[in-house]
Amino acid sequence: MTVRVGRKTATVAAIGALSLVLAACGGGDEGGGTTEETGAAGGGGTTSDLPPVDCSVYEQFGDLSGTSVTTFAGIGDPESGYYETAWATFEECTGVDVVPEWTQDFEAQIVVRVQSGNAPDIAILPQPGLLATLVRDTGAVLPGFEEVEALVDENWSEDWKGYGSVDGTFYAAPNSSNSKSFVWYSPSAFEEAGYTVPTTWEEMIELSDQIVADNAGSTTKPWCAGIESGVATGWTATDWMEDVMLREFGPDVYDQWYTHEIPFNDPQVLTVLEKVGTILKNEEYVNGGIGGVQTIATTEFQEGGIPITQGTCFLHRQASFYVNFWPEGTTIAEDGDVFAFYLPPNEGSADKPVLVGSEFITAFEDRPEVRAFATFLATSDYANVRAAVPGEAGGFVSANLGLDPANLANPIDKLTAEQFQDPEAIIRFDASDLMPGAVGSGSFWTEMTNWIANDKPDQEVLDAIEASWPD
Amino acid sequence: MTTTPPVPVMVEQPVKGPRKLTKAELRASEAKTKLSSPWATGIALVMAFLWTIPTLGLLITSIRPQASIQTSGWWTWFTNPEFTLENYDEVLFGSSTGFSTYFVNSIVIAIPAVVIPITIALLAAYAFAWIDFRGRDLLFVAVFALQIVPLQVTLIPLLTIYVDLGLAGSFWTVWLSHSIFALPLAIFLFHNFMKDIPRSLVEAARVDGAGHVRIFFTVLMPLLVPAIAAFTVFQFLWVWNDLLVALTFAGGTPNVAPLTVRLADLSGTRGQDWHLLSAGAFVALIVPLMVFLFGQRFFVRGLLAGGVKG
Repeated sequence: MTVRVGRKTATVAAIGALSLVLAACGGGDEGGGTTEETGAAGGGGTTSDLPPVDCSVYEQFGDLSGTSVTTFAGIGDPESGYYETAWATFEECTGVDVVPEWTQDFEAQIVVRVQSGNAPDIAILPQPGLLATLVRDTGAVLPGFEEVEALVDENWSEDWKGYGSVDGTFYAAPNSSNSKSFVWYSPSAFEEAGYTVPTTWEEMIELSDQIVADNAGSTTKPWCAGIESGVATGWTATDWMEDVMLREFGPDVYDQWYTHEIPFNDPQVLTVLEKVGTILKNEEYVNGGIGGVQTIATTEFQEGGIPITQGTCFLHRQASFYVNFWPEGTTIAEDGDVFAFYLPPNEGSADKPVLVGSEFITAFEDRPEVRAFATFLATSDYANVRAAVPGEAGGFVSANLGLDPANLANPIDKLTAEQFQDPEAIIRFDASDLMPGAVGSGSFWTEMTNWIANDKPDQEVLDAIEASWPD
Repeated sequence: MTTTPPVPVMVEQPVKGPRKLTKAELRASEAKTKLSSPWATGIALVMAFLWTIPTLGLLITSIRPQASIQTSGWWTWFTNPEFTLENYDEVLFGSSTGFSTYFVNSIVIAIPAVVIPITIALLAAYAFAWIDFRGRDLLFVAVFALQIVPLQVTLIPLLTIYVDLGLAGSFWTVWLSHSIFALPLAIFLFHNFMKDIPRSLVEAARVDGAGHVRIFFTVLMPLLVPAIAAFTVFQFLWVWNDLLVALTFAGGTPNVAPLTVRLADLSGTRGQDWHLLSAGAFVALIVPLMVFLFGQRFFVRGLLAGGVKG
C-alpha cells in the first residue's frame, strides 16, 4: 500500500517540480533589470534637494540614453544607498542606467571577475595596493580616460594623482578619502576636567601624564585603543607607526620606508616603534576602561574608542571614519560629547603631515557611457552632490579641491576636508596600503599584533617584518 | 498503462509471517538495544543540550536591544531580561534591506538547483545500475572520483565559460554550477540504492515486457522515494546555505542574489550594523529548519540506505 502512495506523491512532486522549473526559467530573463527601488529606498531623498550638476559636460559623449553602466564596489548599507542617490543625478542628465552591485567580499570577488572576463564597467577599489595588483597581474584595468585625467589634474593635488597611478601610468581617480591623523576626545569631559586640546606631541604627553595623575587608583586611563579586526587585526597599530613616522622623520624618510629604500629594521623605524610604544605599551596610559596593554589586541577596533563616552578614557587615535561607530545619541561636535583633534606634530616642527586612505575608481570597459560616468565621478559636481546626499551622517569626504565643505553635514568631515584642502598639508597615503601585500596586509599587521599581545621586543618585530619583505 | 502498476507491489507482498532475519536486520536490532540504553540516552541529551546553546544564544541575542547586544553577552539576558522585535523589523522591513526580494531569489535558485541534479542523477544512476554498456565501471569510477575535486578550483574556469556563453549574472550560472557540483555524489548514492533493489524484481518486469522507461518509472521510482527525499533535503540545505557559488557566478545584484549574500552584507560597510546579524540569521534559518524537520526521517534513512551495502 505504502508503495502505491509513494508513487502518487512522486508523480505530484515531479509535476510540481517541472512547473517550478518553467516558472523559474521565466524569472531568469529579468537578469538585466533595473535596481532603482533600492536606490530610492536607501537614499531617502530626491535629487532635487542636491547641489546642481552641469549636464553639458556629458554632451561630448553623444546621446547616451538607453545605455547602462555596471559598477561594483565593496560598500554596504547605508552608504550604498547614498551613492545610488548621488548617481541618480548623472542618470537624469544623460539617461544612462547605472546598475550598481555591492558586496562585502569585494577584494576576492573582483579578482575572480576580472580573471574570468566578467569585469564590471566601473569598480571602486578600496585601496591602491589592489589597483597595483589588478594592473600588474591581469592587465585588464584601463589607463585613466583623458577626460578623467584632465579633471584629476584640475581637482586634486599632484600627490593624489600619484596614488591613483601604477608604474607612472595614471589609472584611477580618488573617490572617498579619509584622514587618519585624528585623536578623538570628549569636549565635555575635557571641559569638566579643565584640559585643553594639545597642539604639540609634547603637550599631548603632558596631558596624558596629567590624566594619569588625576585618575590615580582607578581604571580610567588617558588612552584607549583596539586593533582587533578579524583577518586584518593589527592595521590600527600600523597607522600609529605611519603617523609617528611622518612626524618624527618627515615625508622623505616615509617614502623611503614604504618603498623599501631603507630596511624595515632601520634604526629610524626602531625609533618610531619605540615612540609608539611609549603610548600603546605604557601600562599607565592604556587601556582606559578596558584593561591592560594586551587587551588592545583583543578589542575590536570599532569598540576601541567607546570608553570615551563612558568617561573611562580620554584619548583615542583613529581615522575620521570612526565617526560612524559612536553609539546612537552621541553628539559629535566641537562642544559635544565627542570630537577629534589633529594628531599634533612634534614641538618646533612646522610640518603639517596628514595620513590618508582612499578609494579609487577604475574602468574596465571603454564605451561612451562608461567614459561619461567615469568623468562624472571625477567632477567637483559629483563630490558636492555625494557629500550633500540627505541622510549621510558622515564618512564621505572627497579630496577634490572643488568640494564645498558646507555640503558636508558632519563636523568631522568638514575638518577632514579642510585638512585635505590646506595647501600647507603634507598628504601621505597609508604606507601599509602601498607596501607589498605580504608586508602591508600581512606581516606588518601580524607582527604589530605580536608586539602588543605577546610583548614581542621592538627589534625582533622589525627584524621579522624585514625578513618577510619579498625580494 | 493502466493494467500493470500493481505488479511490482504484488511481487514484494508475499513475504509475510515469521521468517529468518537478515544480517542487516540483526545488526539493526542490536544497535537499537545498545542505543536505547539509559546511558546512551543521557549522552544524547547532553550533546543535544550543548549543541543547542549557540543557537539559543543567537535567538536571545536577536531579541535584545542594540545597546545591550553591543555591550554585554547574551547570557546576561537571564538576569536582565529584555525583549524587542526592533532587530527583526529592521532586517525584514528596514529601509534598504528588502529581505523579501532575496528570499524569493533564494527559492528561485534552490528549487531548480535541487531538481536538475536529481533528475539527471536518477537517469545516470539507472544506466550505471541496470544497463550494460562498454566501459561502464570505468566511467562510474570516473564520475565517483569527481567528488574529490574541490569546487573552489573550478570557480574561474567555470565563470570564464559562463561569460563566453553570455550567461554570467543570470540564475542559469547558479543552477548549472550547483548541478555540476552535486551530480557525482547524487549519482553515487542513487546508483548504490538502485543496485540494492533485487535483480529479480527488474527481471520480472522485463519478462512482462516492460522497457527501460517503464521499469524506471513503475518499478524503481516508488522504491527510490526515500533516497530521493533524503538527497533533496541534503541538496536543498546545501544550496540554501551557499554563499560562494552564488556570489561568484550570479553576483550581488538584487535581481539574482540569494539570502546568504544579503546576510553577508547585512552588517554594513564597516560592520556598524552587526547587531542585526542574529536576527537576519534567524530569518534565513527558518526555511532550512522546516525542510530539515519535515524531511529528517528520510534524511538519515535514505543516506544510510545508499551508503551501506548489505
